[in-house]
Amino acid sequence: MAMTIDESQCTACAMCESECPTDSILEKGGVFSIDAASCNECEGLEDGPQCVNSCPVDDCIVRA
Amino acid sequence: MQARIIPIFENKPAGGCGATGGGGKSSCGSAAGRGDLSPEVWEKVKNHPCYSEQAHHHFARMHVAVAPACNIQCHYCNRKYDCSNESRPGVVSEKLTPELAAKKVLAVAAEIPQLTVVGIAGPGDALANPEKTFKTFQLIQNSAPDIKLCLSTNGLALPDYVQTIQDFNVDHVTITINMVDPEVGERIYPWIFYKHKRWTGRDAAKILAERQMEGLEMLTSKGILVKVNSVMVPGVNDDHLVAVNQAVKSRGAFLHNIMPLISEPEHGTHYGLTGQRGPSAQELKALQDKCEGDMNLMRHCRQCRADAVGLLGEDRSQEFTTDKVAEMKVHYDAEARKAYQAFVEKEREDQEAAMKRELSGLAEDAGHANVLVAVATKGSGRINEHFGHAGEFQVFELTAAGAKFVGHRRVDHYCQGGYGEEETLETVISAINDCAAVFVAKIGLCPKKDLEQAGIEAVEEYAHQYIEQSLVAWFKGYLARLRSGDAVAVERGQGSLRQGAFVA
Repeated sequence: MAMTIDESQCTACAMCESECPTDSILEKGGVFSIDAASCNECEGLEDGPQCVNSCPVDDCIVRA
Repeated sequence: MQARIIPIFENKPAGGCGATGGGGKSSCGSAAGRGDLSPEVWEKVKNHPCYSEQAHHHFARMHVAVAPACNIQCHYCNRKYDCSNESRPGVVSEKLTPELAAKKVLAVAAEIPQLTVVGIAGPGDALANPEKTFKTFQLIQNSAPDIKLCLSTNGLALPDYVQTIQDFNVDHVTITINMVDPEVGERIYPWIFYKHKRWTGRDAAKILAERQMEGLEMLTSKGILVKVNSVMVPGVNDDHLVAVNQAVKSRGAFLHNIMPLISEPEHGTHYGLTGQRGPSAQELKALQDKCEGDMNLMRHCRQCRADAVGLLGEDRSQEFTTDKVAEMKVHYDAEARKAYQAFVEKEREDQEAAMKRELSGLAEDAGHANVLVAVATKGSGRINEHFGHAGEFQVFELTAAGAKFVGHRRVDHYCQGGYGEEETLETVISAINDCAAVFVAKIGLCPKKDLEQAGIEAVEEYAHQYIEQSLVAWFKGYLARLRSGDAVAVERGQGSLRQGAFVA
């Protein structure tokens, strides 16, 4: 259970990075991804995944 | 590296005679110069191209694109779209780290002595990226302390950072405020991200409006100059912007900049895809005129990219890409910059004095006459651009009060290219169709004839002279020709605002 970033949609704005409560957003050479081992899809948070809520691009971050 | 200076030494000031004439309320961050501003405010704006219409002829700005994240979505913005030929806010070709940004600033300052201002305007929101924004300011302040810092924000996070802004000596802040009524706002903003939560609809617009007003009040109470940008969206907020103007004026904003919506389907924005149109030049000017009471209205905004470099009418960002900057050996010459700026100060005083002398006798002649004219210029306040080379024309309104800058029209091509000379000329004519004359340094015979047929007089005789003084001198002659019957005043058509890319 984890979220994943569609690289072709991502603008690399890093908005999700500061919002992720489990520090699961990884960046390497300007490309962002989500650590599937630590992401828990913001389990227990009322609004669901914070990365999705903060992302400016629709359908960029989806369930893996 | 050899510093390049726009040649303003090439001609002596044009002569003039007579006494001082009428004034009239200035616009555009005080086009008329310091006359109507307190000395402290004048000191803050006189070299800032985005705060002073007069300064924008002489001084350059650059934006460093260190702020990619944004905390709101606007219907006129699509963050995914970036084409190297595309120029509008929210768009940038390269993102920069604060360290690279600081180096780029030094490289540009060394090459362009006119550079007085560095701003952070995105491509997202400066304050949605506070660490990057303020780290950049700190680095610039350490290495180039004479450069003014400014930032641009949607205002949502602003109240949290007013103190930091003051601590970093940021003297100029621009807030984009498109509405004060959430009912209008929900048609502009689909969502905001606030306090770790996504808000939509009217709730989102209400929070945004409240935060913007709070931030504006906090800034002005600290004496920080605030410019308010508003995007004019016909049928959505056009009438409402009068109320926005009142609201920001009463909270102490220094300057209001009403900009036309840029909207094309190929931008992929909500407005572009749903066919929302932008305003015509006439609609824009009418709204600006309506809002121009005792508040300064900015009309020289070029709606530039988040990585723009140069004078407002140009974009030299391609000369300063990350790769090129990395290779540059930068020599920052503070003395040379100071000397240039002192020279410009003198030049501006001369221009202002020349214009005032020229005004003599105009008031009686002009009556209620009102004529628009276009000017081809590459800066320095002179008519110094060839007609065929002009990427834009500056539009001035001539009345009994003199010459007033009221806008600019871009005439470059859109990136699909393939236009022939004839089509280009048609584009130019449609852009300045509401003008009685166009002032150029030089023009070919063919375009001159075509312009004549369209009822636009091409004027070359003031080549390389001061813009405002020349316009007033020509206006006097024009009025005399009208009286003698040598010229006939024609009802002018609409001027079209170009929507496509700005290719410098």
